[in-house]
Amino acid sequence: MSDITKQSLSELVENIKGKKLSSSEVTKAFVERSEKSKELNAYITEDYANALNKAKKFDEKPNLNLKLPGIPMAVKDLFCTRDLRTTAGSKILNNFVPTYESTVTQNIWNEGAILMGKLNCDEFAMGSSNETSFFGNVQNPIDKNLVPGGSSGGSSSAVAAQLTPITIGTDTGGSIRQPASFTGTVGLKPTYGSCSRYGIVAFASSLDQAGPMAQNVKDCALLQEVISTYDEKDSTSIDFKRNEYSKELTKDIKGKKIGIPKEYRVDGMPKEIEDLWKKGIEYAKDCGAEIIDISLPHTNYALPTYYIVAPAEASSNLARYDGVKYGFRAEGENLIDMYEKTRSKGFGAEVQRRIMIGTYVLSSGYYDAYYLKAQKVRKLIKNDFDYAYKKVDAILTPSTPSSAFKIGEKTNDPVSMYLNDIFTVPVNLAGLPGISIPAGHDAKGYPLGLQIIGKAFDEQNILNIAYAMEEKINFKNNINDWWIK
Amino acid sequence: MSKNKSEYLINRHDNQYEVVIGLEVHAQVTSESKLFSTSATKFGGEPNTQVSLVDAAFPGMLPVINEYCVKQAIKTGIGLKAKINKRSVFDRKNYFYADLPQGYQISQFKDPIVGEGKVILDMPDGQKEVGIERLHLEQDAGKSIHDLDPKNTFVDLNRSGVALMEIVSKPDLRSPDEVNAYIKKLRSIMRYLGTCDGNMQEGSLRADVNVSVRKKGSKEFGTRCEIKNVNSIKFMQMAIEYEANRQVDLIEDGQTIDQETRLFDTKKNETRSMRSKEDAHDYRYFPDPDLLPLEVSDDFIENLKSEIPELPDEKKKRFIEKFKLSPYEANILVSDIETSNYFENVIKKSDVKLATNWIIGELFAALNEKNLEITESPISAGNLSKLINLIKDGTISGKIAKTVFEQMMEGDKDPQKIVEEKGLKQESDPKALEALIDKVIDDNRDKATEYKSGKVKLFGFFVGQVMKVSGGKANPQLVNEILMKKL
Repeated sequence: MSDITKQSLSELVENIKGKKLSSSEVTKAFVERSEKSKELNAYITEDYANALNKAKKFDEKPNLNLKLPGIPMAVKDLFCTRDLRTTAGSKILNNFVPTYESTVTQNIWNEGAILMGKLNCDEFAMGSSNETSFFGNVQNPIDKNLVPGGSSGGSSSAVAAQLTPITIGTDTGGSIRQPASFTGTVGLKPTYGSCSRYGIVAFASSLDQAGPMAQNVKDCALLQEVISTYDEKDSTSIDFKRNEYSKELTKDIKGKKIGIPKEYRVDGMPKEIEDLWKKGIEYAKDCGAEIIDISLPHTNYALPTYYIVAPAEASSNLARYDGVKYGFRAEGENLIDMYEKTRSKGFGAEVQRRIMIGTYVLSSGYYDAYYLKAQKVRKLIKNDFDYAYKKVDAILTPSTPSSAFKIGEKTNDPVSMYLNDIFTVPVNLAGLPGISIPAGHDAKGYPLGLQIIGKAFDEQNILNIAYAMEEKINFKNNINDWWIK
Repeated sequence: MSKNKSEYLINRHDNQYEVVIGLEVHAQVTSESKLFSTSATKFGGEPNTQVSLVDAAFPGMLPVINEYCVKQAIKTGIGLKAKINKRSVFDRKNYFYADLPQGYQISQFKDPIVGEGKVILDMPDGQKEVGIERLHLEQDAGKSIHDLDPKNTFVDLNRSGVALMEIVSKPDLRSPDEVNAYIKKLRSIMRYLGTCDGNMQEGSLRADVNVSVRKKGSKEFGTRCEIKNVNSIKFMQMAIEYEANRQVDLIEDGQTIDQETRLFDTKKNETRSMRSKEDAHDYRYFPDPDLLPLEVSDDFIENLKSEIPELPDEKKKRFIEKFKLSPYEANILVSDIETSNYFENVIKKSDVKLATNWIIGELFAALNEKNLEITESPISAGNLSKLINLIKDGTISGKIAKTVFEQMMEGDKDPQKIVEEKGLKQESDPKALEALIDKVIDDNRDKATEYKSGKVKLFGFFVGQVMKVSGGKANPQLVNEILMKKL
């Protein structure tokens, strides 16, 4: 089969289970396409030889009862993988090889999948364009000059370019949904506490959540079903009844109440986005959903709140990268000098900026005005959603305020970069699940996404809505493999 | 000096200064594993052999609270008659140091697990209550070793992540003696509870000492200095004495005291400035987002209350009321749980008064001489009670008992057997004693005559002679009676 890499995860699983394809054939196809796609710079670390070996081993004794039988997969380089370098896109972890495996990736391997390599991302997941990576920016397969979004930019690029049938990213303020939107793919940010954070390089602990990124909703549901488990090793993991999302997936969303928050009509929002949203509302109606206008009054404060809470936690989470125990170390005259040189040379500019912001907002004398106030506002934002969910089952918004922007376009304007997360950030602050599905193209032909936000632990519902709308939208990505010579 | 003899004041010229002391005691929680990881906590392991990925702060590693340590902290709170907070929060205390792998210490800042409590001290002039401000749980750091290499510092992370209870007193202490009594009492309570072994040599108990001085009678507190990490009571006392005098000298000299952190140099017996208030760390405390607030139910606390043993104050009261001990005796016997257990085992089968005297007197002296703890006593409680019974029933005299006791100290021998083997049994047969006494009188005819002519002081001589001839075994009471008759 020459078009292996064009198949969705669900098709591949079916073909391997039906013995129409072997794991080796599938793995070889994706490895070959990945090798031909170096220009995208989606990978930080390739592990193709091992992947092919594992595929061979799988084929010798295939366990076809698994959910991801012999499926090759590359993952964001924020997940610690045993014996394979894990960098978080940073120089400071350039040489770091974990002796342990993150719970989320372990869950994936337990279901038969095979690791192909580690995908590029913004340094410590701090960025919206994958341009802060120490390993260079990633190109969007849609267009050579476009960013793939971030921070899971390697992941979105790799899925859209079919270098991996599916992948996982992490989402702290939009890092799964925004790149999915920029690349015409599907990305789910699960409820906080749904996927274990154990073994994921931390950015902002109270916001970080791993989630699936796929070409379609069904694949996304299947992977979510695999990665979401209760984990005693993560104290914020929540023990709730998890569905078999892919099995329970249905397009019947008749009578579902979908809220449209007026506060998401932000000033200066491009007409294309406004039109996309309107189109989305029509699709939802076509699916039998009931549209209800709602208000999320504190939406305006979400972005500033996020840019206090996230850097505060990050400034502390990143203190462990000090050159003492592992990772990059710059020699110094004494301990303090070594710290300063290690961290100045080891971290990039955006990471340093956020460490400084975080350190500042936690400083004595500023704590109450910034961090404490941000926590209070965060509670108000959560209350907004709680109140809205008394009336509706889910909320529909655009995923991003624009389509993918050009490489270099916003690198010198951090605030404009931060504004990219305006629709996704409130969801993280409230700990809710949100999914971005491709819903159309702008005038330039770049993909645009719609976001469906659910109640906590109600992933099934937003997956169902996304599944139903996906069919009506019938989105097709325009990718012409420009990077393959 | 003041009227109150035990009042500790510093005199300079015409001024009298009172010393105000508050302690932050760091007590290592007795627990097999660390506060947020499953690594072992055993003291003295090879460097870096008791370190998990969590303790060494590897990327993506997360803390998970050890329920046992939480129980231990709550028990300690109950022992300190303190308020147990059903909701407490773990915070991050951020600072950089080579032996702090996370770059922050997980501690409790605004919402500690235990609130206000108290400790009662028995001072020579009566009881004194010392307020407890709070008790919170926190992680210990690793250990930096600077003296193994001229250029490099070595780091041992075995201690990294070990659970500590920081117990903060109110500034209620007024003298080095009170500090001594306070630490000992705290240690005693925790050892009764089994929540901290109190071993200061192994660093299980150390303290930061806050010292200020003020003119006697003043209600305002003076500016305080904090002396960091003092690891013996003696050093604490020396440091306080030095620091209080230093502050008084400054005041008398018209200078002000800078609020600062100081170190105690045990070799020079002085405190030295470590960092001033201006240089104080900004720890940027904030709630640890990796840990949810710690919530405990009433049932959880009630269950722990039911596990609390009789504590020293209650035990002391019982000893005084039930066994008619003096407060002094009771204090000594309850000071640590092993001693009180030993005492109670001895008196199960023997006389309380004699047992008290023998334990506080002979046994303590002998153990002290051999540098042994009561738990290492060569004489078991059972054998000591046998010895006391031999005295009580007249089998041996108190004097012989001391000889037997000495032999028992050489190994846990049965006193009955020693008495039999060595023929130490007291001679209480009047006929045998009469024969003995007749012989002594006979051999000392001249002295007997002198006695009879009024030199009554010689009676003692005859008692001594009889005891000597009997090899110390003669029953002294009978000897007296018979001698009296015969002379």
